[in-house]
Amino acid sequence: MEGNKTFTISVYSENNVGLLNRISGIFLKRHINIESLNVSKSEIDNVSKFTIVIYSTEDWARKIVGQIEKQIEVIKAYYHTDEETIFLETGLFKIASRLLFDERQIQNIIKDNHSEIVTVSPEFFVISKSGRREEIEEMYEQLKPYGIMQFVRSGRISVSKSEMQISNILKEFQLY
Amino acid sequence: MEVKTLKKGESINGTTIRISGAEAVIHCLLAEGIETVYGYPGGAIMPIYDELYKFRDKLHHVLTRHEQGATHAAQGYARVSGKVGVAMATSGPGATNLITGIADAQIDSTPIVCITGQVARHLLGSDAFQETDIIGISTPVTKWNYQITKASEIPEIMAKAFYIARSGRPGPVLIDITKNAQFEEFDFDYQKCTAIRSYTAKPVVNTSKIEEAAALINSAKKPMIVWGQGIILGKAEEELKTLIEKSGVPAAWTILGASALPSSHPLNVGMVGMHGNYAPNMLTNECDVLIALGMRFDDRVTGDLNTYAKQAKVLHFEIDPAEINKNVHADVPVLGDVKESLQQLLPLIKENKHEAWHNEYKEKHKIEFEKVIKHDIYPEKEGLTMGEVIEEINNASKQEAVIVSDVGQHQMIACRYAKFNTTKSNITSGGLGTMGFALPAAIGAKMGAPEREVVAVIGDGGYQMTIQELGTIFQTKVPVKIVVLNNDFLGMVRQWQQLFFDKRYASTEMTNPDFITIAQGYHIEAKKVTKREDLAKAVQEMIASPNAYFLEVCVEKEDNVFPMIPSGASVSDVRLS
Repeated sequence: MEGNKTFTISVYSENNVGLLNRISGIFLKRHINIESLNVSKSEIDNVSKFTIVIYSTEDWARKIVGQIEKQIEVIKAYYHTDEETIFLETGLFKIASRLLFDERQIQNIIKDNHSEIVTVSPEFFVISKSGRREEIEEMYEQLKPYGIMQFVRSGRISVSKSEMQISNILKEFQLY
Repeated sequence: MEVKTLKKGESINGTTIRISGAEAVIHCLLAEGIETVYGYPGGAIMPIYDELYKFRDKLHHVLTRHEQGATHAAQGYARVSGKVGVAMATSGPGATNLITGIADAQIDSTPIVCITGQVARHLLGSDAFQETDIIGISTPVTKWNYQITKASEIPEIMAKAFYIARSGRPGPVLIDITKNAQFEEFDFDYQKCTAIRSYTAKPVVNTSKIEEAAALINSAKKPMIVWGQGIILGKAEEELKTLIEKSGVPAAWTILGASALPSSHPLNVGMVGMHGNYAPNMLTNECDVLIALGMRFDDRVTGDLNTYAKQAKVLHFEIDPAEINKNVHADVPVLGDVKESLQQLLPLIKENKHEAWHNEYKEKHKIEFEKVIKHDIYPEKEGLTMGEVIEEINNASKQEAVIVSDVGQHQMIACRYAKFNTTKSNITSGGLGTMGFALPAAIGAKMGAPEREVVAVIGDGGYQMTIQELGTIFQTKVPVKIVVLNNDFLGMVRQWQQLFFDKRYASTEMTNPDFITIAQGYHIEAKKVTKREDLAKAVQEMIASPNAYFLEVCVEKEDNVFPMIPSGASVSDVRLS
């Protein structure tokens, strides 16, 4: 679609059963694919944060955020472009341990990509790489010829450059 | 058996009593002022029904003949009374049968609370008998829903349910209660819910936006108001009337806004939308300031958005932030409760008359009267028209009836020609367009406003979708008046087939049963009219009856509803024939 780009939607919410279903339903209703989804605790006690990446027009991103914010248990939702956020993903690569010795190039790949080895066992070792998706993709391409036993990449996590005033909203509520 | 009793509407804050979850549900309903519940029993909700039996003197349960009827009845009750309607059903099919009514209440912003039974906690997810994931199923069509799995959650969740259903932009809430939670005993204490930290019921009105809006209204040469149901839900009928009279701005309404201002008011210029009046639709594209009050620019109102009121500055008074700039860009969005906003706006409004501008409405109305209205209400042809039936209802009820319409041609005709003196008098399924809505909704409407005359106007198609609710009428003796406008067709679809599908009448002709015999089978007085000379007397007789009454009027088979804005066309592209 014309004018489509990547938007990161951040949702601050109560931590309740079923809310994920309610939020994902809003994307379903507008036939929008979720590129990546991450749910975690946030900077505020007992408040969850959803980080959702979509590829759409800004108009739709704005309307979707409006629909999300309307949900009873959602405290506040925002959308940001890539330029407005600091974001990264993490990839885990499981590689056969013998390759560390047989294929010396692997050590260079680990070093050049600023990745780290998180565990080593006689059969396999695991490399963790955090960064932008392209960086993880590139490392994947570099390791692929040597054989990757398992690969997984996390959803995007991000923080905005501008302030998200959740604490103020919750503080105001306390005043009631 | 000893029954612990609380006075109706009394909360029992501060005192705790040890009771079952099922009994707690009843106390919550009583504390919320609920007097009537519509529903249908079944396995997973039996403990609550057992308590309903014990509390039958305090809480009136109406057994509908299908769970869908329970939700529509709750909607009718809520729409006419402004209170929260309550529907109850068992798990599985009982719960899924509620969905159509819940979806209808969601899109039409009707406050209802639905309570469903659920299999016991330990059986959840095991595909137990009559288990269905009603939380998952109802999520997209509820304002909020919640599954209670322990009795101790009941008071807080029920309090939240009623608060959420009725506050802000109202809507349906579903509470699913597992059977173990209904049986469990716990220490009950009820506190009403007044706020939820993640939910803003009423956004604070922004004074600077009010000033901007007032300046635009005061300087406008051709201003026009379109109000919606928000005026009724926000109890802002008086403020609307004052605004119109002070500013002299002609005012039109959406289908759900009907009756907020008397039909006879000189500044009431009629209905907008697909089958709305000619003048307000055409002049939407000529006004210089469009003042939208508590309406959401539905596609049936706007037609093609690219040609909708492009010349006008749009002021949008709206309680739901998600509606601002959703369909139509608002030059001045006024977020907040419409009553509060109008109260702030009124002192800033200058008196005006806009006589020349009014004359444009009158001119256009004359055209519509000559080409459409005259033939609908005072037909010269032999066959009866739906319009003349509505006119007879106006006459016989002295324009004081609550008109509950179903969906289709008769609905458009009812909304076009019914005359209203009193607010909350037009009950119809607007957003969802649910055939089968009217009969059960009329039952709820009559119970919600027993002092008022309630007339259901239904087509022969929609009538047969919920015809079983005649059983509810028979059993409860609720004196609703039922008018079926029978053309032996699914008329609106047939009209589209005629106009846009080259008269290929695919599955729209109906071979109908003898409706009189059916009504009589339920011991409901029934009459059939086929000739014009019998119509007025039959309608008068129906209105005069103290009991439920069924009137079938056989109308012209292939009449069309005009004016009409074809789907996707511009509001100024009105077809008069």
